[in-house]
Amino acid sequence: MLYYILKRLAAGVITVWFIATATFIAMHSVPGDPLMNDKAVSAEIRKNLERKYGLDRPVHEQYFLFLGNMLKGDFGISFTQQNRKVNDIIRDHFPVSATLGVLAILIASTGGVLWGALTAIYRNRLPDIIIMFLVILGISVPSFVFAALGQLLLVNINKLVGYSLIPVAGWGTIWHMLMPSLVLGLGTMALLTRLMRSSMLEVVNEDYIKTARAKGLSPTRIFFRHQLRNAILPVVTVLGPQIAAITTGGFVVELVFAIPGLGRYFVQAVQQLDYTVIMGTTVFYGAFLVFMVIVVDILYGFIDPRVRLQ
Amino acid sequence: MVESCVYQESTDAMPIIRPISALLAMLCLVTSSLAGAQSNDDAVDFASQTIHLALTQEPPQLNSMKATDQVSILVLSHVMEGLVRYDRRGNIVPGVAERWELTPKKATFWLRKNAFWSDGQPVTAHDFVFAWRNALDPATASEYAFILYPIKNAEAINKGKLPTTDLAARALDDYTLEIDLESPTPYFLKLAAFVTYYPVRQDFFEAKGDGYAADTDDLLYNGPFVMTEWTHSASLKMVKNQRYWDKEHIVLNAINADYITADTRARLNLYIDGKIVYTRLDGETYKDALTQRFRIRSFTTGSVFFMEYNHRDGRVTRNANLRRAIQHVFDPDEFVNKVLATPGNLPGESLFPVWLQGVDGRFRQEYPAPRAKVDVDEAKAYLQKAATELGRKQIPPLVLLVSDSPTATKQAEYMQGLLKSRLGLDIKIDVQTFKQRLAKMTAGDFDMVGAGWGPDYDDIMTFGDLFASWNLNNRGRYSNPEYDRLVRVGMTNTDPKTRMDAMGELQQILFDQAVILPQYEQGVIYLMHPKLRGVVRRVVGADPDFTYARVIE
Repeated sequence: MLYYILKRLAAGVITVWFIATATFIAMHSVPGDPLMNDKAVSAEIRKNLERKYGLDRPVHEQYFLFLGNMLKGDFGISFTQQNRKVNDIIRDHFPVSATLGVLAILIASTGGVLWGALTAIYRNRLPDIIIMFLVILGISVPSFVFAALGQLLLVNINKLVGYSLIPVAGWGTIWHMLMPSLVLGLGTMALLTRLMRSSMLEVVNEDYIKTARAKGLSPTRIFFRHQLRNAILPVVTVLGPQIAAITTGGFVVELVFAIPGLGRYFVQAVQQLDYTVIMGTTVFYGAFLVFMVIVVDILYGFIDPRVRLQ
Repeated sequence: MVESCVYQESTDAMPIIRPISALLAMLCLVTSSLAGAQSNDDAVDFASQTIHLALTQEPPQLNSMKATDQVSILVLSHVMEGLVRYDRRGNIVPGVAERWELTPKKATFWLRKNAFWSDGQPVTAHDFVFAWRNALDPATASEYAFILYPIKNAEAINKGKLPTTDLAARALDDYTLEIDLESPTPYFLKLAAFVTYYPVRQDFFEAKGDGYAADTDDLLYNGPFVMTEWTHSASLKMVKNQRYWDKEHIVLNAINADYITADTRARLNLYIDGKIVYTRLDGETYKDALTQRFRIRSFTTGSVFFMEYNHRDGRVTRNANLRRAIQHVFDPDEFVNKVLATPGNLPGESLFPVWLQGVDGRFRQEYPAPRAKVDVDEAKAYLQKAATELGRKQIPPLVLLVSDSPTATKQAEYMQGLLKSRLGLDIKIDVQTFKQRLAKMTAGDFDMVGAGWGPDYDDIMTFGDLFASWNLNNRGRYSNPEYDRLVRVGMTNTDPKTRMDAMGELQQILFDQAVILPQYEQGVIYLMHPKLRGVVRRVVGADPDFTYARVIE
């Protein structure tokens, strides 16, 4: 077990190094640079800026400098938020994205498992058709549409009751989190519903279910102990990457609901070619994704005794 | 089967289906959007004189010596003050300086003794000298350093040729500041109101080091407000500065920026929900604001948008007759009404926007902009001439470089259609993201580029010198000795009439040579809380300016 974890961690480090290198190369091959701005600056100022940020050195030197600092856990200072360290940006804003993401995942996974199980049970009947229709909607409609609609819904609810029942944007209390996390979780919920449905349909016809029934077990017990537990495995598989995707992919939701999360920095840094923030957030998220995948693999062992970790 | 009996009981499923249909009904209700005024009103409070607003982005740089963007300038000009400031009507009035004297060679400012920093120490002439030296220091690499260039030796210092101590700005004593000018600068006072000219206290700045202006207590304030809270990317709070020398005239007690989001729809929703006092509208949200029956206001930002041609050697757009051909098919009125299609924009007729001051009144009234009559035949004649001069049978496809915003793309497509149908010119639209567009503009990799210019200070020269051969923002590299000469007259001559005459001539050159194709003067439409009065919209400096605002009952 320990050997397995160590092996996976080592592979993870190589993956993260690869992500960092690929991002670094891609970032430097894009035309333009972080120092370029709407207003042109003189060659002298330009040179001073380059020296200040170390951009006057050859690219390979910059790369090794970056790797060295990364190993020390220092991603440098942002180009656009000029007084802030990238580490501070991640530390201040990731918890916000993570809170939102965890809530969204909770909603998505409970919802997904529940709807999925239901559709499997009511296969090809009205509830199944309706839910599957909504699932297609949930997968194909982009999150900014849901975000805009969700916010409009809140505005109108507040208007109907005559006071601010639920805040339409901002961050702070659990009330602020409700709509954004629901919107953020919708896509994943739809995905999980579909996955859950198909895996549930497989399980229902397995021999051990028939055995269980023959033993005279109660339907509830069969459902929870035998069907759900077996059907849930594929769901857990995608949950890892989905958690990472949700905690990083919240850009639109964060923008619409004015949430101070990391997603905004992640996207804006690319638009602004903010080298240090791009590297910082990408490496951080890359490491996070790798970590989540490892965690999920370990969790397998607990959910499914057949899986041996070696 | 036992299973089917339990699970196929349709009544079990009903409670779950119900919320879904309810949700669907809600969504339908949402799209029909209820009309009416704000139901909730937390955006203003009369008793405490508090207002709430949303910023479009986190202020990226609150170090006044380095700030360049709108949001940072907005915040800074509420919490800090320079030698002079703008009043409600846009006139220069005393700030930290009580009075001043401006001659062609020298500027002298006498500072008031009741101007204090937020820690209680007085604001002195040394604080200005320090800030200016620091902004000019090549190591600081301030992008707005050029705005200090009228001070003697400033440019040489900024280029590393002289030490910062050579700056000809001296504190004769704590309250007298004397400045030698490089050359006569009739608009120096207007420059002195800009953020780069704000004071910074040396001991505080040095104690903070790299962390200066990173947080509320990493900055000293001397303006009408002080910043008390700042949660990055989330909110920012400014309260009335009890040490401000003119606090009697400041009515607002608190300005709370509770939200930071660039999404205009989100801000409109916050406005409808009564959470913020102000929001700007765009083409889409404008329609929604109309159905809500809000009073929509408009304001001209002072920026001019135009198509810039590439005047570099070897480019076909270097040919004046080709540019004239385009000039004679383009109708700015149609562009504003049909392409932009939101209220507030003015047709572009000149590089100089309508609000600029002339000799006595507005420049554009004293020197009306020449305007080309739309005439396809004349345009075709120009095009024919251009083809002959270029020795080509046909003009090759022109590359029109634009940014990736929906509006820019729409405008480019209009130009493409117009030039194809009227002149048979082929246009290749090159859509690029922000930085890539800049890179291509700098490298000269375009024939035409959608560009714009906003004023840095309240004088005609902020536009006039744009196409001087030495100006780095002249991305098309237009170069004309006569134009350069006129710019020098405008920059250094102290007689208003001579200056404006020169600018009038310059306007004529821009037209005759069709150096650029003016498209529109930008207008913005916005909503402002009806109970909030005295908010000033400015073309230069903080906009909107809440300094003198008040909440009415």
